Amino acid sequence: MHGDDTRPWTFYAFAAFFTLFVLFLYGPMIVIYILSFQGPNGGMTFPLNGVSLHWFDALISQTRVGDIAGSFVRSIGLAAIVAVVTVVLSVLAGLAFRRRFRGSAFAFYLAIASLIMPGLFVGLGIALTFRLLGLPTEWYTTALGAQLTWTLPFGLLIMFAVLGRFNRSYEEAATDLGATNWQKVREVTLPILLPGIIGVALFGFTLSYDEIARTALAAGAKNTLPLEIWAMTTNVTSPTLYAVGAVTTIVSFIVIVVALGSIALVQRRRAAAGMRTE
Amino acid sequence: MAIVNPAADAFAASGRAEPEVVEYPGERASWLQVAPLVLVLLLFFGLPMLVVLAVSFFDFSRTEIIPAFILDNYIDLFRSEVTLRLYASSLKFALIVWVVTLVLGFNIAYFLVFHVRGLLFQIGLFLLCTVPFLTSNIIRMISWIPFLGRNGIFNQALQGAGITSQPLEFLLFSDFAVIVAYVHLFTLFMVVPIFNSMARIDKSLLEAARDAGAGRFRVVAEVVWPLSRTGIALGSIFVVTLVMGDSFVVRTMSGGQSASVVSALQNEVAALQYPPAAASAVIMVIIVTLMVAAILRIVDVRRELAG
Repeated sequence: MHGDDTRPWTFYAFAAFFTLFVLFLYGPMIVIYILSFQGPNGGMTFPLNGVSLHWFDALISQTRVGDIAGSFVRSIGLAAIVAVVTVVLSVLAGLAFRRRFRGSAFAFYLAIASLIMPGLFVGLGIALTFRLLGLPTEWYTTALGAQLTWTLPFGLLIMFAVLGRFNRSYEEAATDLGATNWQKVREVTLPILLPGIIGVALFGFTLSYDEIARTALAAGAKNTLPLEIWAMTTNVTSPTLYAVGAVTTIVSFIVIVVALGSIALVQRRRAAAGMRTE
Repeated sequence: MAIVNPAADAFAASGRAEPEVVEYPGERASWLQVAPLVLVLLLFFGLPMLVVLAVSFFDFSRTEIIPAFILDNYIDLFRSEVTLRLYASSLKFALIVWVVTLVLGFNIAYFLVFHVRGLLFQIGLFLLCTVPFLTSNIIRMISWIPFLGRNGIFNQALQGAGITSQPLEFLLFSDFAVIVAYVHLFTLFMVVPIFNSMARIDKSLLEAARDAGAGRFRVVAEVVWPLSRTGIALGSIFVVTLVMGDSFVVRTMSGGQSASVVSALQNEVAALQYPPAAASAVIMVIIVTLMVAAILRIVDVRRELAG
């Protein structure tokens, strides 16, 4: 914008608007974290009737709440598998798209169609396919596949963004210096792409961990955590619901912080190494 | 800026400037690299969608689906008055949420791109907007319950301020609550693509317009808006398909009082009526595809990204 330091009045209007939006985004979430510490006799809304860990305790001890612990373990496991598969397949596919090849438009539009298809339909299709084949639906087969139809297109789009800024002269330099193809990929390409790859892993993990529409019909007998929470919304009318919300969001935040932290670490090391060589 | 438009790079990466040849160098390597992703998508997306199409022509009894080729599922669908009501409801939600998220998304992106100074600050605020996307949708949805309930925070505040004497009943478990939740969940899908488009606008264009005597509003209307239309189109596709395909938000936030096409379909699945559900899904996919095609007709995303 202008080089001078005075800001137009519209800046303050926009800043106020943006602040309101952030409040709209975070306010309700913060409120349920506060309400999850509701006293044993407290209800679903304010006022706080004392402060306690009662509802977190109920989460673990009460069986009528459902299989929170079991579904939590399943969801973490599933998210880890999805993250690994998403990273490997979308990095490979991203590299493929750097060259021109027949069928590239097909692969691209297949991924886009998979991304915008209503999630429940994908789950329905998978459930029907396995039913017709006489195979059971399980969280580690059908639900895994269903979630990949959502995380792979995201992973591919992130790789496009990352590779779009990739300077190929580094690879050419490696080749000129006598590196084999594999050395080039392992010691030049992948390290440069590392922050982007961490980003893909972050998306793969969290999108899987919170996924519901595609998983709902494809999970089989054992629920993932979001499905368990979804079941709770219809029959649990206590702050336990908020307690589970607080726990699951803390897990998401830990994953986000670890991912962003490692990206920052990689960048800092790179900057430091760059300075040493100068 | 750290975030660039992914689709543009897809086309850029496919190297459109190269001349047409029968076999491209390194094509086999590319096929090997892209094959695992394509196979997974064909197996868990392509094939299941074909199965849905096939099952939509099947017959069914109370307990099983019977392979056949009948049109009854479609005929029932088109004869039922409920179908029209459900589509009217889904389209109404899609239209309202599209307008609201577009207004919010455009202004937020505009603020981040043209008003915020400093790359780190810009990235920080962008992350602030995107982090909720990586947390649970269900939790973000139910977090409106203590706000909107009969004895919720809004009603307490309104009554406390003496604006209303009785709690407003329409706040929770209503269409209003459904729309609030949609806007809360989906605005981000508008912000990110529009942000990407705007970040690519050459700032000197804005100065040129200003120097030529255009006011603030005209600069936005005649420079920023047209140059952001790729992002607006992509964001619109995301929001419209998400709302049209939703069943979970409409169920929870309307308290079962409103329905959408997909929530009705979910009921059919729960009742093991797979063929009618499949027929309903096929029609829905056709309608959503037409809507996406209409958006792409207004804004040729591919040409704009390539050009």
